[in-house]
Amino acid sequence: MTLLDLVIFLPLAAFLLILFLPKEHEEGIRRFSLVASLAIFVASLGLIGPYWFGNPGKFVFETDFQWVSSPNIRYHVAVDGISLWLVLLTTLLTPLCVLVSWKSVQKRIKEFFAFLLLLEFGLIGVFCSFDLFLFFVFWEVSLVPMYFLIGIWGHERRIYAAVKFFLYTMAGSALMLVGIIYLYNQAGTFDYAKILAGLQNGSVAPSYPEQLLLFLAFFIAFAIKVPIFPLHTWLPDAHVEAPTAGSVMLASVMLKMGTYGLLRFCVPMFPKAALNCSGWIITLAIIGIVYGALVALVQPNMKKLVAYSSVSHLGFVVLGIFSFTQQGFDGAVYQMLSHGVSTGALFIMVGFLYERRHSLEIDAYGGVATPAPRLAIVFMITMLASIGLPMLNNFVGEFLVLQGTALINMWWTAFAAVGVILSACYMLWLYQRVCFGKASGEVSGFKDLNLREYSISIPLILLMLWMGTFTQSFIPSISQSTAVILGPVDAKRDVHVRNAMHGALHAQQSPLRAKESADAR
Amino acid sequence: MPANFAPTALDYLRFLPEILLIVAGTLIMVMEPLLGENKRNAFSSITLVGLIAALVAAVAANDHPGLSFSNMLIVDGFATFFRVLVIGVGIFTVLSSSQYLRREHAASAEYYALLLFSISGQCVMATANELIMIFIGLEISSIATYILAGYLRDDKRNNEAALKYFLLGSFATAFLLYGIAWIYGSTGSTNLTEIRNILITGGGAHSLTLAGTAAALMFVGFAFKVSAAPFQIWAPDVYQGAPAPVTLFMSAGPKAAAFAVFMRVFIVAFGPITNRWEPFVWSSALLTMVIGNFAALMQTNIKRLMAYSSIAHAGYVMVAIAAHNQVGVAAAMFYLAAYALMNIGAFAVITHFSRQGEKYVNVDDLAGLGWKQPATAALFSIFLLSLIGVPLTGGFFGKFYIFKAALDANLVWLSILGLLNGAVAAYYYLRILVVMYMHEPGESMVTLEPLSPGIRTTLWAAALGTLILGIFPSLLLNFATSSSALVK
Repeated sequence: MTLLDLVIFLPLAAFLLILFLPKEHEEGIRRFSLVASLAIFVASLGLIGPYWFGNPGKFVFETDFQWVSSPNIRYHVAVDGISLWLVLLTTLLTPLCVLVSWKSVQKRIKEFFAFLLLLEFGLIGVFCSFDLFLFFVFWEVSLVPMYFLIGIWGHERRIYAAVKFFLYTMAGSALMLVGIIYLYNQAGTFDYAKILAGLQNGSVAPSYPEQLLLFLAFFIAFAIKVPIFPLHTWLPDAHVEAPTAGSVMLASVMLKMGTYGLLRFCVPMFPKAALNCSGWIITLAIIGIVYGALVALVQPNMKKLVAYSSVSHLGFVVLGIFSFTQQGFDGAVYQMLSHGVSTGALFIMVGFLYERRHSLEIDAYGGVATPAPRLAIVFMITMLASIGLPMLNNFVGEFLVLQGTALINMWWTAFAAVGVILSACYMLWLYQRVCFGKASGEVSGFKDLNLREYSISIPLILLMLWMGTFTQSFIPSISQSTAVILGPVDAKRDVHVRNAMHGALHAQQSPLRAKESADAR
Repeated sequence: MPANFAPTALDYLRFLPEILLIVAGTLIMVMEPLLGENKRNAFSSITLVGLIAALVAAVAANDHPGLSFSNMLIVDGFATFFRVLVIGVGIFTVLSSSQYLRREHAASAEYYALLLFSISGQCVMATANELIMIFIGLEISSIATYILAGYLRDDKRNNEAALKYFLLGSFATAFLLYGIAWIYGSTGSTNLTEIRNILITGGGAHSLTLAGTAAALMFVGFAFKVSAAPFQIWAPDVYQGAPAPVTLFMSAGPKAAAFAVFMRVFIVAFGPITNRWEPFVWSSALLTMVIGNFAALMQTNIKRLMAYSSIAHAGYVMVAIAAHNQVGVAAAMFYLAAYALMNIGAFAVITHFSRQGEKYVNVDDLAGLGWKQPATAALFSIFLLSLIGVPLTGGFFGKFYIFKAALDANLVWLSILGLLNGAVAAYYYLRILVVMYMHEPGESMVTLEPLSPGIRTTLWAAALGTLILGIFPSLLLNFATSSSALVK
């Protein structure tokens, strides 16, 4: 039993405990959820230990034992530099979501917090599973609580959104399950490391058409989750209709399941297929970046605007992954985390506004900065982070992704950069319409942030600054793990591309990596 | 063939579960005039005792595996598995029925007697090693079930269900019998193992064609019994019209037994001509899944919806048969057990909820159940999630094993289409969840009574079973795998 097992199963234990609490004790249920989720967060902080203070191997906190004997399904969990931060993102956001829902959720309180913790269980599990089957189990398990969160506590069209969300994911995962079983029948194991080793040393050798189909089976499942254009249509519905906590978990963590899956499974297991498809996928990613931003620009609904901005931001992650460069990979992971923090914060800000005015329409606001200046400041920092202002978190991810893409194809970078510009347009315009101008009757009565709201926003703001300025806390561990994934993929690339790229790499090594290599020396 | 026809003690031991069931059924019929109708609890108790005794006998018989009564019957792991399964279904049916019968003011003695006879027929099917025994078992089971489907004889829906079931069922059984005649004509045997040996060795091209025709005719009979397309038309009407606890029983017990003989006949006797029947089973499996799932999307009556869902699930089991390997048999066994549990649970909720005269059987009537009776709704949700195939439930592992077997047998397209069907199916199960949790309670909630003890026991036991199969599937799968070698 390692610390990781504890972090995985504490949410499940908390979920079961909540089920046994009497539902009349609403305050008690809230407090219990907060304490439990904070305890989980504190426990998960311990996972950083080996990365900051030690010298981790490939995986840490590994547990591996048999769960089902036939077929051989193993409970195999561990973290590496990618999983680690995604787990921490999940455990950080859960207590914040509990706080966000403190006042805004007024009905079926017990069930709400129970589902929130069950969701945390599923999400943590997804990021730590190193057995394909176990991964699939967690993947599906996380679906159920989110379905209920949207469907029961959502807004007007919640049922439509919940069912759409469930069915989209279900259809994708059906294909993934076929892929997983097919791989099992070839490799005789579900174990990620063994399958990967088998594929790399040729003991598991599906023919190229098989590889391509397997790649697509996994890719479609993940692409729906990311979502990659044109599979994104479930996302605006789900985000808009979900309660604030649901939107936060959905945007910040659940979407990362898709990009994580791409990076962890699709790319390393089927490098050749991934390389051959990368042109198409990058095209879709760039369309997503620009299209998401353009649609966000014209949204009258704040949540929908943030939702479409997610489509745009996630496009960068996909772009980074399918550039197959070290910078691209690092940037993609960094962008996943940054997006988690800043978009989560944006949804929380929208939630704060909604609690005061009970409207999601941008037109209903205006002049918020006058009655609630502190709220406006917090909103501004979040908004600037989302745009990608230097010194704040999103800048780092987007920069690295663009740098990585530029090594391969300057045009991609140029098109993707349009997205950055557009993001400034829609965000600044949103901010202007909401916070500036003359405060109308309803808005002028706004209360400023209270203690609960401070305690939600301050940690996020600090994290944005930290991630934007002190990247060395995060990048080395990420790089270490992404390099492991990149190596074999890079080897499959056409030789001239590789040489050209590595030449370029030497010529324009980023300061960040220069410092790193200096450290290494 | 042994010349000695005098049965030994061991023969009787191997046949004991059936004997006990018949004795209990007869006892009830004898006692009814003596006790009178007001001793309802006595009848259900006798039934339960009889079923539990039969269960113990079935498990005990497994320690003495082998052929008995001149190779007519075979007791092996496979037979034991299905015996235990159908007897278990019987126990749950009894638990869910008593309140229903009282509510509808129906006589209970005949009901329980018929139930016991039907189960004994299914036990014969599970152990039959010979086509005539299969036919006899099937008929014992079916005739009792026909009557049960129309048990409330003053109810129009019951009458319609029973008549349809009887007419179409008899017609299908005729096909089966005709198929038996053909195979007997071409091989000179009704014993499954002997037919297999003859088809492997002596069967010339001429005889193989005859055997193929026989297989086709018998396929019609079995496909009807398991409600596989294109012979599924009866199922929705019968499931909807029959009393709810009888539907619970029909969709789990007779279906599992029919699948047991289906597998035994096609994998043992017709194993040598697999290439002839596999395409038919393949297409039937796909058709069954598609028809079941897409038709279920349109239903508003929950019994009818569950009938189509039951058709769809038969399609999944057909996929396992189409794989015609040992893994497939084990997967089908596991699936049928998991399916029985989740379906029993779902129908027990429907039985509880429908109230007198089955007034509330529309999906929309369930509105608000999640807040009115949270425990019932939560248990129902577990069954529904299992029917969808969400991990950590038995339904998920059942599906997983089936499609793994199918991929082992290189049925890639069937697997992909089957799993995508699962996504379609999710929609109509989710609709029930939506109504239960996301709609405001309607007038149907006002008169809702608490769960009866029998149904409560059924629900908790079935839910526990579903979760155990979903978290520790090896417990059952290992047994299924070890007893899935039908050809020794």
